[in-house]
Amino acid sequence: MAESKKIAVIGGGIAGMEAAGNLVNLGFEVYLIERTNRLGGNVANWYCLFPDFKPSSKVVEQLKPAIQNKVQFRFGAEVCKTEKKGNKHLLHLNDGEVLECDAVVVASGFSLFDAHRKEEYGYGIYDNVITSADLEKQLAENHTVMTTQHKAPRKIAFIHCVGSRDHKVGNAYCSKVCCVTGVKQAIEVAKMHPEAEIYSFYMDLRMYDRQFEDLYMEAQTQHNVRFIRGRLSECFENADKTILLKAEDTLSGKPFRLSVDMVVLLVGMQADQSLKHISDMFALKTSDDRFLSVADVHTSSIYSGVEGVYLAGACTGPKSIHETLNSARAAALSTAIYLNQN
Amino acid sequence: MKNWGYSIHKDNQIDLDRNDTSVYKALILVEPSIARCISCGSCCATCSSGEYTSLSFRKIMIQISRGETKDLYSNLSQCMLCGKCILVCPRDVNTRNAITKLLQILTTKN
Repeated sequence: MAESKKIAVIGGGIAGMEAAGNLVNLGFEVYLIERTNRLGGNVANWYCLFPDFKPSSKVVEQLKPAIQNKVQFRFGAEVCKTEKKGNKHLLHLNDGEVLECDAVVVASGFSLFDAHRKEEYGYGIYDNVITSADLEKQLAENHTVMTTQHKAPRKIAFIHCVGSRDHKVGNAYCSKVCCVTGVKQAIEVAKMHPEAEIYSFYMDLRMYDRQFEDLYMEAQTQHNVRFIRGRLSECFENADKTILLKAEDTLSGKPFRLSVDMVVLLVGMQADQSLKHISDMFALKTSDDRFLSVADVHTSSIYSGVEGVYLAGACTGPKSIHETLNSARAAALSTAIYLNQN
Repeated sequence: MKNWGYSIHKDNQIDLDRNDTSVYKALILVEPSIARCISCGSCCATCSSGEYTSLSFRKIMIQISRGETKDLYSNLSQCMLCGKCILVCPRDVNTRNAITKLLQILTTKN
């Protein structure tokens, strides 16, 4: 048998893990390049997942057996430079190693919107304004949520679309999974603090996928979560460290104010800063939203348009976990077909 | 009264820290289906009375949940209890029962 072909997968989040696992299964030799020292990416930072409250760590664990001892890991590694040698891609890593590959799968993922940039919401200024990621971290560590003054919150507000659908911060697109994340987190908090009043400030609620609408209904009927249609304009900190919210209650057509013990900002997804470098190196195109462009949004959403470079997961825009994993499998299959034909 | 050339506007703001939402809380206990309302407005679109009066079930649900009960009773009294709103509601809110229960709550309250 001829020497098996080599593929570099860039990114060790769930997209990279799933693509790598599938490619190994198809008989290829795979390098998995991950800039941190652990697998799972953003998903490893989460507590439980919508719509079924499955612990996110379980998803990461489920993806490991397909790659452990089968993939050549390069942890703490980043691609600095690439060269073309015939059909092959030469990837220069930051430690000087050069990987010679027949194909590349970009699975570099996303980063969360930096909530400091919405200064009017007071993140990093007021104690009790946190992000959805901070809440997941608190839940993962303590299995409960408390204010910074270590009190059980009696009133909590979730703010949708922070860093999404917002031209002011340069993110005009919808991050699509934060709506249901907000509803999921509202239910989690309601279960931990049944006496608490929970508010949700939204522009639209985009419950686009299976069971999302059920979660929304559960939040309304089982936990009495109050949905207020209106985008938060600003936050102020009261003397007792509670947060005063000002918004327009658009369904009443009136300005609205409310004090809460805790504010959770549902931060959106954005293209990771490293994506610019990756797109430059491989001559990939990006769209106005700074995510990578695809060859065809309908029929070829995992192909970059550059020969031998395939795209998996959220590097091509916000995705839920099952969408990410499906795109990773599709990218792996397309890579395999390409390599078998060349 | 002397006209000083200026007037004081009444606060138009909904202040949920001060407003009394007890009517909403009482109603949700006797008609829990109101929690399902998503303010789609189909009840108002089909409402025969709403074509001629200020009756709007959608607005009433929003107002009571914010503790805004001004003109509530007179608005509710415009309802003819025909029940068309129940037929069109996509979230299965028992709108007519909510109105009758709401009238009862307001009558007992005053």
